[in-house]
Amino acid sequence: MSHAKYSVINTHVHNIDGVAKVTGRATYTFDVKLPGMLYGKILRSPHPHAKIINIDTTRAMELPGVKIVVTGKDTLGIKQGIWRRYEELCDEQVLPLEKVRYIGEPVAAVAAVTEEIAEAALDLIDVEWEVLPAVYEPLEAIKKEAPTIHEGVERNVNVTRHIEWGDVDEAFEDADYIREDWFKCSGQAHMCMETRAAVSSFTPEGKLTVWASTQSAYYTQGLLAGVLGLREGDVRVLAPYVGGGFGGKFELDAAMFCSAVMSMKLFKPVKVVFSREEDFIASKRRTPMFYYVRTGIKKDGTFCARESRMFSNGGAYTGMGATALYLSGFFHSFPYKWRGYRYDGYRVYTNTLPSTSMRGFGAPQAMFCSEQQIDWICADLGLDPFEVRRKNGHTEGYEVPGQAFIASCGLEQCINEIEKWVKSKGKLPANRGIGISSCGFMSGGIFNWFDSPYSFSSAVVTINVDGTVELHVGCQDIGQGSNTTMAIIAAETLGVKVEDIRVHSGDTAHCPADLGAWGSRQTLMAGNAVKMACEDAKKQLLEFAYAEMGINIVYDLDIKDRWVHIVARPERGLPYGDLVKKALRAKDGQRIMGRGYYTPHRKGMISPAYSYMMQAVDAEVDPETGKIKIHEVMTAHDCGQPINQLGLVGQLEGAASMALGYAYLEDMPFEDGKMMNPNLVDYKVIKAPEMPEAGIIEIDTYEPEGPYGAKEAGEGLTNPTAAALGNAIYNAMGIQMKELPITPERVLKALREKKEAQK
Amino acid sequence: MEKQVLRFKVNGDEYEVFIHPKTLLAEVIRDHLGFTGTKRGCETVSCGACTVNINGFSVKSCSVLAIQCQDMEVTTVEGLEKNGKLSPIQRAFLDNGSYQCGFCTPGMLMSATAFISEAKNPTKEQMKESIEGNVCRCTGYNSIVRAIEAVTQGKYKEE
Repeated sequence: MSHAKYSVINTHVHNIDGVAKVTGRATYTFDVKLPGMLYGKILRSPHPHAKIINIDTTRAMELPGVKIVVTGKDTLGIKQGIWRRYEELCDEQVLPLEKVRYIGEPVAAVAAVTEEIAEAALDLIDVEWEVLPAVYEPLEAIKKEAPTIHEGVERNVNVTRHIEWGDVDEAFEDADYIREDWFKCSGQAHMCMETRAAVSSFTPEGKLTVWASTQSAYYTQGLLAGVLGLREGDVRVLAPYVGGGFGGKFELDAAMFCSAVMSMKLFKPVKVVFSREEDFIASKRRTPMFYYVRTGIKKDGTFCARESRMFSNGGAYTGMGATALYLSGFFHSFPYKWRGYRYDGYRVYTNTLPSTSMRGFGAPQAMFCSEQQIDWICADLGLDPFEVRRKNGHTEGYEVPGQAFIASCGLEQCINEIEKWVKSKGKLPANRGIGISSCGFMSGGIFNWFDSPYSFSSAVVTINVDGTVELHVGCQDIGQGSNTTMAIIAAETLGVKVEDIRVHSGDTAHCPADLGAWGSRQTLMAGNAVKMACEDAKKQLLEFAYAEMGINIVYDLDIKDRWVHIVARPERGLPYGDLVKKALRAKDGQRIMGRGYYTPHRKGMISPAYSYMMQAVDAEVDPETGKIKIHEVMTAHDCGQPINQLGLVGQLEGAASMALGYAYLEDMPFEDGKMMNPNLVDYKVIKAPEMPEAGIIEIDTYEPEGPYGAKEAGEGLTNPTAAALGNAIYNAMGIQMKELPITPERVLKALREKKEAQK
Repeated sequence: MEKQVLRFKVNGDEYEVFIHPKTLLAEVIRDHLGFTGTKRGCETVSCGACTVNINGFSVKSCSVLAIQCQDMEVTTVEGLEKNGKLSPIQRAFLDNGSYQCGFCTPGMLMSATAFISEAKNPTKEQMKESIEGNVCRCTGYNSIVRAIEAVTQGKYKEE
């Protein structure tokens, strides 16, 4: 399909929040200060598993400046979860009544006139515990004799997920070669620069206003109303600027809940901000996964079947982990055609920090296993890894049986481009290698476990008398630039300029409901809603234009660059501003208003559209120390029609840095349930000197379901990197890395084992 | 310890605050004076979100007692712009999309500003090192380095 010439889409547009962000004007929840505001702090469990016998708050209450101390007994005690449709998955009381299940779990909260006093009061809360036996690893917790973490949950199995298509056993029988491997994928902290933060203000008329660092103002509104016994409409959530999310900020957190509970008792604003340490030990993490992968292949490289079993460390509660369990299994099949595919995932409760969604949503783990094993199989059989991926890769029009329809797919072009790039590098020095990995990702999930009665995305557009546009959207800008993307889509559709659009988002009182920023959904879903709303408004304007211009009704009219004109004769027309004034007059002074929405129907089980990509990582290993140096990353990427040029580059470079961190730096060691490095000195993230060049080759495709042909970009690119690095190390050193992160210790161990095997 | 009077300049203006000597500069800037452009992201002097300039040097304001800034000149992100005109590095950040969530941006800008004022024909490695103390979780740093490079190459003039 050919691309129309766009005026705004994929041009160099500054982020519309840019000036606010580079001048310090952007006000985050972290910065909110209200008159009479109190400061809250949270007491956290020192035990991984313990019964709460008694909590005595007397001494804390006596400290001058302390206004309130609350425990689970001061709440409605409602078990909540974001999988609202399924009662058994709503398993978390933010302030538990009976027992704690991980170190760092909230136990009580204090509000005081200063943060220092609130902090000091925590030491004066006396908790009597009965410590219970604890279990930390899923393969231990699933055993019969393991302690029970949630009453009535057998063998601590929280959720299971089975995915299957084709005759798997028969397809394996056709295979000439079968390989099996075990992998261990680590967790990862979202490490948003703005830690979890909320300011709640409850007023005597029974209304609650909450500023929250959230990825979905609507989810936060719904979840808070549920646990506080309020009507959703009486809870207003504001999220003007959010300091990062990455999948970690769309559940109810203790900052939101505790600030709201205390504000409702005091009728005063209460602010709760997590310290960095609290953010590490008590904000859910990327899901650690154990993968068993068995793959059958023909001698000529044709894939026959794959069978996988996955055990994930769920930690103490469900959160978004149930979705990660499904998506990991689904994307583990990507981006290839399998005659037979079978996945069994088990999410197991343990007495550790709960795990949840994080950028990639289970796919980075799945790809680490899949894409390395494919390279090892190629080496075992003497096949070309590019050729094998090309031969088995998804193509346009393919249906993942019973799961998904692939309407647009640039995978083959991605593979071709990366193959060219790798070959252009020639022979590399010793201890240095290039590894590749391909993958795909969704453009928004179609699931409704939240049980939203609203459309998945909505937009309302109104046009002022001077032609300026108010765009109200519920999608949430968390830094990924969705406000800018929506402004671009609106400007393109209405035929105006980006500076004509004012985007209103992050306020449940003024913006339509939208599921928010997760699962790479906003460009496609909110983008379609915005496009529809603007088309609605534009149609109304053009009706007046036909009357005003007195032209033949079969002519096509359009607006571009604020000029209303006949498509076939663009010089014939009138200025957009003049038309708006006249249209307003003709409508008895009513403003032109357009509405749009998007709810997926008949789009398979997962998503309406899929992005594709292949990445190459050029890395060097120091055989003495095991240290890794990343020289360069190159990605060929199919996101359909790019919308926001600067935003796209930023998202892809950012994904590379986060995914490299996951691959070789970011470790979360736990001992007896306690995270050993909950600070930014010991938890290593990529910093500027380690960050390599991360080039991008955009592959031109058109996604019919996306607005202007667009689909996902930015989340999916966290998927291939760990595998590509693993493959680079395999090519450089001949060692197979089966555990994440790929630390110097693990590299040295693998080198030692290789040496011993050669003896 | 008794409270003391701190007199210093912030963004060109004189301020006098009565503070406990253990108060951090970051707290005075944000909580006493209300310059909330300066952010905080850790308790371990690791993230650089609170970076400001003191007498032209970039300093993490959580690593300095405010009282140590007696009679000194502090610049925060709010002080980079003059009468509505953005500084070269601020404009370069806009053109290069060198920010996403924006939470690290004020600190990044302050580190980059101090570096640019001193650097003579810097290498890319030096540019990267100049923001080594600043964590950004969104951008992957390369767009920030491109902005610094553009300014050091003279592509942006003071307005």
